[in-house]
Amino acid sequence: MNATKVNSSTPHLKGNRFTRLMQQYWRCRYLVMLLIPSLVVLIIFKYIPMYGVQIAFKNFKLKDGIVGSAWANPLFSVFQDVFAQPVFWNAFWNTLILGVMNLLVGFPMPIILALLLNELRHEKYKKVIQTLSYLPHFISWVTLSGLFIQLLSPSTGPIAAITRAMGGTPYFFMGNVSTFRWVLVVTNIWKSVGWGSIIYLAALAGVDQEMYEAALIDGATRFQRVWYITLPSIFPTITIMLILQSGSILNDNFDQVYNMMNDAVYRVANVLGVYTYDLGLKNLSNAGLAKSTAVGLFKNVIALILVLTTNAVSKKISDNGIW
Amino acid sequence: MSNTTKTLAREHDHARKIKRTIGEHFFDKFNFIFLGLLGLSMLYPFWYELALSLADADKVALSKVYIWPEAMSLESYKNVCSDINIWNGYKWTIIRTVVGTLVALILGFHFAYVLSKKYFPNRKFWTGILVFTMFFSGGMVPEYLLIRDLGLMNNIFALILPGAISAYNITIMRNFLMSLPDSLEESARIDGANDIIILYKIIVPLSMPILATVALWTAVGHWNAWFDAMLYIRSSDKQVLAITLRRIVLVGTNASTTSLSGEQMTTNMTSETVKAATIMVATIPILCVYPFVQKYFVKGVLVGSVKG
Repeated sequence: MNATKVNSSTPHLKGNRFTRLMQQYWRCRYLVMLLIPSLVVLIIFKYIPMYGVQIAFKNFKLKDGIVGSAWANPLFSVFQDVFAQPVFWNAFWNTLILGVMNLLVGFPMPIILALLLNELRHEKYKKVIQTLSYLPHFISWVTLSGLFIQLLSPSTGPIAAITRAMGGTPYFFMGNVSTFRWVLVVTNIWKSVGWGSIIYLAALAGVDQEMYEAALIDGATRFQRVWYITLPSIFPTITIMLILQSGSILNDNFDQVYNMMNDAVYRVANVLGVYTYDLGLKNLSNAGLAKSTAVGLFKNVIALILVLTTNAVSKKISDNGIW
Repeated sequence: MSNTTKTLAREHDHARKIKRTIGEHFFDKFNFIFLGLLGLSMLYPFWYELALSLADADKVALSKVYIWPEAMSLESYKNVCSDINIWNGYKWTIIRTVVGTLVALILGFHFAYVLSKKYFPNRKFWTGILVFTMFFSGGMVPEYLLIRDLGLMNNIFALILPGAISAYNITIMRNFLMSLPDSLEESARIDGANDIIILYKIIVPLSMPILATVALWTAVGHWNAWFDAMLYIRSSDKQVLAITLRRIVLVGTNASTTSLSGEQMTTNMTSETVKAATIMVATIPILCVYPFVQKYFVKGVLVGSVKG
């Protein structure tokens, strides 16, 4: 009823566009009242920091503040400084390599788990496995890092004990540059595989059962049913999840890396998030803050472009975009 | 699977029993065992921590503890519980979780309610400025400077307000609200109710399932959060549990001095059993609550997957 009342094309509303808009807002004044507090918090805590990225283009001085500091000359000099640093490129490649590893190895895992769970006949057993697999999702990386450091400890950990029992020498997985990335990838899979499978299990539950019936009558084997019916049916979900994850390829999972890293593996653990933090907030120097903001902005812009691109590509290929 | 399909599948497989390939048979067995091992792998690290925390380090070599220690002692737990920082950490973590969840829920739900109204003017625009924050942010430094300029340093609200508006959670609540029938609201309006009355008398009671889910998600987020506390909370008597845990377990010091970044190396190393006990003390609340609430979490994911 209200919907028709405030429709802008209704003839009884007079005046220019602005007055008409104001009249529409007046009709929804209670809703406007409800919106204002949330909007204020949104603007202060999300949009003012966005306004603050201008630090990256300024000769920033803490005592002059964000607006008071003079513009850098030339405007991109902070970026030039940053890009001239080998440590920055180290962080950039580390982030990219980790992102690609997480995507290639990590992305298929929840799909595989969902398919395997879907093939289990024993409902109770399935429920128990599912419940167990979601558990790590709720534990913080601070806790899990402590836990994995102890599990993988070359002196006291159970993994080392197994290695010793088999006659090998325990390996310090978290202290070696050659294995640290894999520790990150595997523990990340361990933490997120169960939770990630929920969305696919939901998609699997929605597959049209008549297709299976038809396939059964035609004598399709179990593998054929999965390959020709199940997988194509959940393909739209897979596409959307792939878009979301590709868009976050530069999101380096700072929580995980920062808590698990140690000085010995800095060369591979120095991802953009760690670099941003070390550069800016560890000692709060004027130049460091500006550079750190520049790195953050660089990362955010690339991430935004990635999300928009992957979405456009996916829309073109399969009509399955997120928006 | 529907019942008929299930029966059909069973009959089919039964008829093919003889023909059923060794491969398929092997696969079923393998799948059963593999998923069982996967489930165990999710549980074992926590079990190991429990065993380690209970081990008597004076009587048993820690490298011999994998399943259960031969000599047990509660010494580590006594050690952890005598640390005032742990109790302070608990206090502030509970405060931030409760207040943070309430604030996020109140702000978020109202936002979602307004955005769910198709007749709200410029609805696309208001949704847009919310969703944009999902893909772009100012970054670490501008956010830090904002908190500093607002004078929120060392204040619990520095941990609550910045994350109070979550675009993802609000979108999920909006999708839920949009799935409620319009007729509910129309009939209330005919009875003379305004938007406010409709919201609190009709919509809120109907939205309890989604509110429960979002509340649980937000609460877990607050319980686990550490980075904001590391940046914004300076005094150790106001510090949250995650940072205390981090200092004891990862940095390996019991000293309660905190530098700007919340971590200062001292040579005073903590024993492995005390580390394990600290981890258990921080994790046990989650492990206890988890079995009872996990189904609400899962429901929320499914609600969220409905496109709005």
